[in-house]
Amino acid sequence: MNLVASRERFSPSRCGEKDRAKPRDGERASTSGPPLSALVIEQLLNGVQLGVMLFLMAAGLTLIFGVMGLINLAHGSLYMVGAFACASVAAATGSFWLGLLASLAAAAAAGAIVEMVVIRRLYDRDHLDQVLATFALILVFSEGTRWLFGSFPLYLDIPPALMGAVALPGGVHYPVYRLAIILAGLAVALGLWLLISSTRLGMRIRAGESDREMIGALGVDIRTLYTVVFALGAALAGLAGALVGALQSVQVGMGEPVLILAFVVIVIGGIGSIKGAFVGALLVGIVDTMGRIFLPQLLSALLGPAQAASLGGALSSMLIYIVMAAILAFRPKGLFSAGA
Amino acid sequence: MTRERSLTFVLLAVLLALPFAAQALGHPFYTTLATRMAILALAAVGLNIALGLGGLVSFGHAAFFGIGGYAAGIVATHAMNAEPLLGLEIPASMPVVWLFAALAAGIVAAVTGSISLRTSGVYFIMITLAFAQMIFYFAISWKAYGGEDGLSIAMRNGFPGLNTAVPRDLFLVAFGLLLAGLLAFWRIRVSRFGAALQAARQNELRVAAVGIEPFPIRLVAFVLSAVITAVAGAMFAELNRFASPSMLAWPMSGELIVLIILGGTGRLAGPVAGAMLYVMLEYWLGGFTERWQLFLGLMLLAVVLFARGGVVGLVAGKPGNG
Repeated sequence: MNLVASRERFSPSRCGEKDRAKPRDGERASTSGPPLSALVIEQLLNGVQLGVMLFLMAAGLTLIFGVMGLINLAHGSLYMVGAFACASVAAATGSFWLGLLASLAAAAAAGAIVEMVVIRRLYDRDHLDQVLATFALILVFSEGTRWLFGSFPLYLDIPPALMGAVALPGGVHYPVYRLAIILAGLAVALGLWLLISSTRLGMRIRAGESDREMIGALGVDIRTLYTVVFALGAALAGLAGALVGALQSVQVGMGEPVLILAFVVIVIGGIGSIKGAFVGALLVGIVDTMGRIFLPQLLSALLGPAQAASLGGALSSMLIYIVMAAILAFRPKGLFSAGA
Repeated sequence: MTRERSLTFVLLAVLLALPFAAQALGHPFYTTLATRMAILALAAVGLNIALGLGGLVSFGHAAFFGIGGYAAGIVATHAMNAEPLLGLEIPASMPVVWLFAALAAGIVAAVTGSISLRTSGVYFIMITLAFAQMIFYFAISWKAYGGEDGLSIAMRNGFPGLNTAVPRDLFLVAFGLLLAGLLAFWRIRVSRFGAALQAARQNELRVAAVGIEPFPIRLVAFVLSAVITAVAGAMFAELNRFASPSMLAWPMSGELIVLIILGGTGRLAGPVAGAMLYVMLEYWLGGFTERWQLFLGLMLLAVVLFARGGVVGLVAGKPGNG
């Protein structure tokens, strides 16, 4: 099985992205390098950007688990659906914003259909069946997408209104688009919080988390509620896919590395907790980004450059998993476990 | 003899006959397919100890499979360049590779298992997946042993008395290992340890109440499971003469679970039936269409939703209470 085609992550510190607004390393070197504080601020923002995108993925996963008790491996496929919908609609109409709308619609629709056809039959199965069925869904989505769009990646351009960089205090020039992603992610987080804490739908979702049978007995149409929650989670994943699609290439297999990071996020945050997903996502985003930049530098100061280059790369890619293990050693149910 | 046991013997006999029939019919390529079946079956036998007997849904067994593969690759590379490994002159011999694979996988399983077994259910699935991914990223950034390119095995490691460059001899080694793995699985299942392991799967609280702590039993099962899967991984790398990072990647973990479910969870013959069916599907569907994974996905969905119990369940009925 060759689903590992893309190991590109949507972390800005990985190579293979096509971010035109960001100054290249060469340019930076010619101006005798920015002060360290500027580098730290820039990488911190990159970490937050990765974090809010991870939150969009993790929020849907954790919501679906919290309400329906389902582990959904195919969440990464919905992320991919969003990215492909956005890229193809943007290419056809020339408007990124229409593409963004299309990504929400396509991912939500794909989510609702999958829920009604397959997922619905899995709620009272054990986790093994859920893992296997959603693994099968990944195969179907990946091959299906490859069939429709071919094996070559699509490209999505940053909308003209968000091109360029802004000057931030501290001498940092930061791409507008990445700032916009951070703001959009935070806005969605706020909206999700409002939705869950103060609307009727949110009340039903919370009721579903605490006692599924009781809200069914009280006359809430539980089947529709489940479909709505699944479609909501899918739309969040699709949005993340579309937003990140403009930073890297849109291709089959782009969803799964992100899915696994989102698993790390919700394991750290506590499964079923939106707050935990938010804190965990920012933690993973910042630790991963900062680790990749600063760990090799730190090691080269300690060990000398030759060994640090290989060891630093290996260690920094393992860093978030080590953090996860450390957190689990003390809090086996995560930081904000719903049950604890 | 129960139907399940006769099914096991029939499947093994068919598998053993396959390379000889292939040679007689002039299709030597089928020997490689049969070897692949035996190796994947062995890997799934390993996972079946954790998953089938212990109920531990490890979604990270690719890590152990890949560690075995890299053990084979590293030993072969050092032997070819006549470099000592860990200060020792290592002979390019398969039993030595298996020892290294078992040790390395056992240590990694003991460390990651003692962290992940503190959790259960969905947490366990996600954490084993995350640890496997950690090892995957470690391997692709470890330039000394190939990094993203993997590690080629120019010449297969040897086995005393056989010529492993000959496909049929390699098959015999793999088949012998599969028999040993099945024997180990069966011995574990009927032992006191296996009874405790299965009881802990069925009802953790009661097992604890009669004075058996589930954690150490599960940890031992997890380590044993990892060791068997790692030996299979070593053979897989020998077969392909290539230790690929994709052996460590998460789809491999899914594939191993698929083998067990296709065959039948916790059944002795499950992994064998699953691996044979899977390799045949891969080969036949792959011959029809490039998109064979699409059809594989649809078939898997059908098996999960409608045909619970896998092939062994269909043929031999529900497991007895023994």
